[in-house]
Amino acid sequence: MPDRTRSDYDLCVVGAGPAGLNATVTAGERGLRVALVDVGVQPGGQYWRHPDERFPDTLPQPSATRRHGWREYRDLDARLDALVRGGRVVHLAGRHVWGVHPGRPFLVRATAAGEDADPVVVHARRIVLATGAYDRQLPVPGWTTPGVMAAGGVQALLAGHHVRAGRRVVVAGTGPFLLSVAAGLAEAGAEVVAVCEANALTGWAAHPLRTLQEPGKLVEGAGYVTTLLRHRVPFRTRTVITAVHGTGRVTGATLRRVDRRGRARAGSEERVDADLVALGWGFIPQLELAVGVGAATRVDVDGSLVAVVDDDQRSSVSGVYLAGEVTGVGGAVQSGAEGALAGLTAAADAGRADDPRLRARLRRRIARAHRFAVAMHRASSVPVDWPTWLADDTLVCRCEEVDTGTVRAAVRDLAADDPRDVRVTARPGMGMCQGRMCGFALSCLVSVETAVTPAAADLASLATRPLATPVRLAELAEMADGEEG
Amino acid sequence: MIDDSTRQLCFDGRNVPFRPGQSVGAALAAAGISSWRTTRVGAAPRGLFCGIGVCYDCLVTVDGRRSQRACMTPAHEGQVVASDDPRRALDEPGGPNA
Ligand SMILES: Cc1cc2nc3c(=O)[nH]c(=O)nc-3n(C[C@H](O)[C@H](O)[C@H](O)COP(=O)(O)OP(=O)(O)OC[C@H]3O[C@@H](n4cnc5c(N)ncnc54)[C@H](O)[C@@H]3O)c2cc1C
Ligand code: FES
Repeated sequence: MPDRTRSDYDLCVVGAGPAGLNATVTAGERGLRVALVDVGVQPGGQYWRHPDERFPDTLPQPSATRRHGWREYRDLDARLDALVRGGRVVHLAGRHVWGVHPGRPFLVRATAAGEDADPVVVHARRIVLATGAYDRQLPVPGWTTPGVMAAGGVQALLAGHHVRAGRRVVVAGTGPFLLSVAAGLAEAGAEVVAVCEANALTGWAAHPLRTLQEPGKLVEGAGYVTTLLRHRVPFRTRTVITAVHGTGRVTGATLRRVDRRGRARAGSEERVDADLVALGWGFIPQLELAVGVGAATRVDVDGSLVAVVDDDQRSSVSGVYLAGEVTGVGGAVQSGAEGALAGLTAAADAGRADDPRLRARLRRRIARAHRFAVAMHRASSVPVDWPTWLADDTLVCRCEEVDTGTVRAAVRDLAADDPRDVRVTARPGMGMCQGRMCGFALSCLVSVETAVTPAAADLASLATRPLATPVRLAELAEMADGEEG
Repeated sequence: MIDDSTRQLCFDGRNVPFRPGQSVGAALAAAGISSWRTTRVGAAPRGLFCGIGVCYDCLVTVDGRRSQRACMTPAHEGQVVASDDPRRALDEPGGPNA
């Protein structure tokens, strides 16, 4: 098969979001031969998700004046293009990396793009993992009803497809990202019945000083608030959704006021009609490739498992660099700076000239964004008593349909005392999504029952997935067949 | 100028319009269709959830291939999309071998 093995790259970057794009362009412009692999058919990741560029007439592209950071994306995309044309960089788009075999060179295995193409193995001396994050979810009675979606998914439909997933919407969870989703929906003509923020307003919206230190964020936040005011969208703090209603499709939700710990206040029940519920509790780093190559991990301030890096984005594994949400959820600005720094470090480690001034500038930008992110995480934490919203028959694992009662029983009666045990005993987190949707909730539930806080090792065991994505059997067979590594 | 001309795919015998560049899931959502699969245990309806290819809730049969993620599958003219019922035998009418 002619194109199956792509040898001899100095660097393979996985992920083409703000982090991976910056890493690719920075390393490529310093002379490294780079292979960039990404699931998307076009670069951008989550932050710069945009409609398919091949159809600008049917799906209009964002404009630099209306979309935050769009000019920066255009600049990076043009530089990537130039590197691809010059033969420095190859962009393997539409491919999912499902395994990285450690060693020098690393073997990076990716799925076929589309129906007819072959899977590929990229051989590279160094790798940058910039795989981003997905929405963090907490189960709530009724959350499996069609019409309940992850807030980021609702955003992705708007940004990538110009589709509004509902007419009357409740947005709920925590963090400023909810505001951007609500603003996008309102501008697209949806009626946003309420934005429910579980925490108190004093947490972040009332801290102009902190926000001022991160100018980009301030402008964004102010823009969303203006949009929400214009559309008269009610913003409720210390409010959560405790139940979603509807059988075949969402018809409404019950909102409750909660205290600091997330316990519902008596008599605060209110029912609202809606056909779309968007839920978001922050983001969870996509860590399976990093864990798979053996990179050291830790638990971050937001309770997520993240990968450890030094001041130059090196992981604990020689030749593996990490950038973006995988090192701790910090948003697009931080991801971009980390990506550029990872690219610079990889180039320097490969013997190319360093740029100390750029390195210092990037480190400062990262430190500033990180301080902001930590403040944000503290202000938008998951309320500790959220499991009190669950009923025994509320599904925790959407895939294998394992409910709360079964998980609790596994801990109490079967003496399964860490998330790994529960997973093996009651089988939550063993379905198609491999625990991505329920892993966080599961570890919270187990820790409530056992009164033990999950450690990095427990979370890492949940993030270990035999394959980073379900792969077609044919592809596995083909890999095993005549594989040199 | 926005070109409003749309194409169509066929979902369970019904025409669903889409704009080139959209995914199957986006087209179904735009048409107000929110579920196209039933679960194995609870026979409960499911559709889009994560929107970005990680939850596998949106599985659907596309042009005879079962278990495709609607949110990741580009829509194209004349595509045949069929709701997925895991309990349906593979050779039943409407199954992938039909
Ligand atoms: C659904 C969603 C929507 C979001 N929308 C916004 C928004 O509108 N505004 C905002 O400020 N923030 C948004 N975010 C937050 C987002 O995490 C950051 O803004 C930013 O995109 C992070 O940049 P990154 O480069 O670290 O990761 P990402 O932008 O997530 O980029 C990671 C890339 O890696 C790819 N990838 C992952 N695993 C693999 C693999 N195994 N093989 C190949 N490719 C892989 C992904 O497809 C993606 O393209 C969103 C997050 C999510 C999950
Ligand atoms: S909606 Fe989650 S995989 Fe398609």
